[in-house]
Amino acid sequence: MFSNPDLQKLLFGRLTLDAVPLHEPILLITFAMVGLGGLAVLGGLTYFRLWGPLWRDWFTSVDHKKIGIMYIVLALVMLLRGFADALMMRAQQAMAFGPNEGYLPPHHYDQIFTAHGVIMIFFVAMPLVTGLMNFVVPLQIGARDVAFPFLNNFSFWMTVAGAVTVMASLFVGEFARTGWLAYPPLSGPAMSPGVGVDYYIWALQIAGIGTLLSGINLIATIVKMRAPGMGMMRMPIFTWTALCTNILIVAAFPILTAVLAMLSLDRYVGTHFFSNDLGGNPMMYVNLIWIWGHPEVYILILPAFGVFSEITATFSRKRLFGYASMVYATVVITILSYLVWLHHFFTMGSGASVNSFFGITTMIISIPTGAKIFNWLFTMYKGRIDFDVPMLWTVGFMVTFTVGGMTGVLLAVPPADFVLHNSLFLIAHFHNVIIGGVLFGMLAGITYWFPKAFGYKLDAFWGKMSFWFWLTGFWFAFMPLYILGLMGVTRRVQHFDDPSLQIWFVIAAFGAFLILLGIASFIVTLVVSFLKREELRDLTGDPWNGRTLEWATSSPPPDYNFAFTPVVHDHDAWWDMKKRGYVRPVSGFSKIHMPRGTATGLILGMISIVFSFAMIWYIWWLAALTFAALVVVTIGHTFNYARDFYIHADEVVRTENARTALLAERV
Amino acid sequence: MSVASEDLHTRGSGREVHEEPGGHGSFRGYMTGFLLSVVLTAIPFWLVMSDVLGSPRLTGIVVMGFAVVQIVVHMVYFLHMNTKSEGGWTILALIFTLTLVLITLVGSVWVMYHLDTNMMPADHGMHMPAAESVPVEPGTAAPPPHQHQH
Repeated sequence: MFSNPDLQKLLFGRLTLDAVPLHEPILLITFAMVGLGGLAVLGGLTYFRLWGPLWRDWFTSVDHKKIGIMYIVLALVMLLRGFADALMMRAQQAMAFGPNEGYLPPHHYDQIFTAHGVIMIFFVAMPLVTGLMNFVVPLQIGARDVAFPFLNNFSFWMTVAGAVTVMASLFVGEFARTGWLAYPPLSGPAMSPGVGVDYYIWALQIAGIGTLLSGINLIATIVKMRAPGMGMMRMPIFTWTALCTNILIVAAFPILTAVLAMLSLDRYVGTHFFSNDLGGNPMMYVNLIWIWGHPEVYILILPAFGVFSEITATFSRKRLFGYASMVYATVVITILSYLVWLHHFFTMGSGASVNSFFGITTMIISIPTGAKIFNWLFTMYKGRIDFDVPMLWTVGFMVTFTVGGMTGVLLAVPPADFVLHNSLFLIAHFHNVIIGGVLFGMLAGITYWFPKAFGYKLDAFWGKMSFWFWLTGFWFAFMPLYILGLMGVTRRVQHFDDPSLQIWFVIAAFGAFLILLGIASFIVTLVVSFLKREELRDLTGDPWNGRTLEWATSSPPPDYNFAFTPVVHDHDAWWDMKKRGYVRPVSGFSKIHMPRGTATGLILGMISIVFSFAMIWYIWWLAALTFAALVVVTIGHTFNYARDFYIHADEVVRTENARTALLAERV
Repeated sequence: MSVASEDLHTRGSGREVHEEPGGHGSFRGYMTGFLLSVVLTAIPFWLVMSDVLGSPRLTGIVVMGFAVVQIVVHMVYFLHMNTKSEGGWTILALIFTLTLVLITLVGSVWVMYHLDTNMMPADHGMHMPAAESVPVEPGTAAPPPHQHQH
């Protein structure tokens, strides 16, 4: 392109036209499909004149409910990408036996399993959890928003920026070929000189800022903004698990940031933190990243436990069994989750004392978890259980997760781990707890709180289809991997020689296909429910006969959530209010002070994308420019004093009267 | 922004936003903190520059001790850490943080020491004496001593 290579290097760093993978047919088809889909979305937005509302009511909104929903939309979009990776891997492993090399060369296959892991954890599970907490927690504690509404919007856009960075690696350059934790020396400059690991590092660093800030935000919200009367032991269990999860986020994510920063220094300026010579030690990377990584799995699972607690109590029409023990179990798990990290590398060469210490702590952590399972079972015992879709997910979870938990305790025995380490048994185990625990929990939570968010329930038939496809699909997809793992098959293998193994991979691929039907059914649920929304409309604001405060307000809640801050006397606050014959106030409304929307979060997120792109491709002038822009925009925002406004009393009266009329109509 | 939203939160409940007592330090507090910090910095400086203790290892340990005291001084006088602020949440958060930092540091040192002893090749000069002096625990997976010496 340029006759002067120096000039080209100055302008474009190591970015050349060759970086666009025009020679890979699979990527070209993906590119075309993404392009067409993108054009369709853009065209639709223009045709229906949705740009204005999208910008005003969503992108620049600081309303915790809107941000929560946007997090979940992001997660569902990324789920499609992550699941496409899973299907490709299952298809490759089902066919690549003996002379058949499959359709994915190792170079491409390695990127796919790395991208699958990174996307599913950081850009599906994390946004689902954060989104649900964002939406539910302020409503459950009777607050009008989170403690720092702008920060919330900024956190969301940083997460989006990380996701966009990962997606960009599909079309420009390549992604890491290192596995989802990018262990050195493989991820070091000598073994991975390309841009793949740099995409990985910058995507996680940028999204990590968002995660950390949203953790701080939610802790401040829960600690400082609970409705009067809501002491710590009167918080709903979901809020308790959200508090513990966010404490874990704030304590653990800086370790990830630091360890990735050290890896970046190794890669960019030639330090030797994790190299094999000059005093470096790659084992330190493994040690540090798991000090973050193990709390991370509890960051994901604790909110799911919270969701199940709310759902079990609501659909069994009973007070949750053992509220206090549930709280203590959550807190104990929070602390113990910091004492088990070494079980991820028993085989790395620690002595018997270290291995047995971490093996025993790992086994201990299953005790509070088991206590929770029994609490849910006792809540259901003699309850009048409604097997609505959220409850189905909950029962499906209890069965599936218990199996996953038991294989986890198996792996906690160091000698057993020496046999099973890095085998497909491990893969089956963590998918068993992440799909059976986190994903089922988040889908249960989405189904449960959907009427609160949008004012109509999700269609039950398609919801049940989705549940049964997911559940059977999960068992078909992962039981063969347990068996293969016990036979000694290791993870991340692109081609096999032993034809007797093939049948198990074919069964696993069939399971993945069932899960595909489950995901499709979930999308159909969303569409069908939207079309039938008048029929499924929730006029009361309390469609499930709920127990906690979010069901006290209308569905969807007004911008200000509660016209009057509720006063709490019990941990099932709304149930208690209903029992005591609570009468909704219909007069005496006053103006309400609210935070104002801003585009700063979105602008900072977009600049961060360009910054990370420039850093990945060594385009130093652009990196410097965008970094300066980030600083300038941030400082500029501190001079923005137009941050709040009042909702007029008239408008509050109008909104509340409309609800009064609706409620009167029903009676 | 937090003040604004706290205001939102309490409005309507009839509860007034009240200032936490002792949220900001006094001139006296800042001066005490400043003087203590200067003294706690000057003493280690003197210890190192005039080689008072005669042993670098001992000096290092003493300097780190002074650093810990200095951290406490900063937290008390500049960050206004006490057991009562924010209804005890600050001190609770501090204790939690210290516990986790301790777990991370002690755990990492313990783990890395094991890995180093068991996995590093014996001709790794720097670690040789350390490896020799480790009492082999019963059942440790460490190779027998003669393998350390080839």
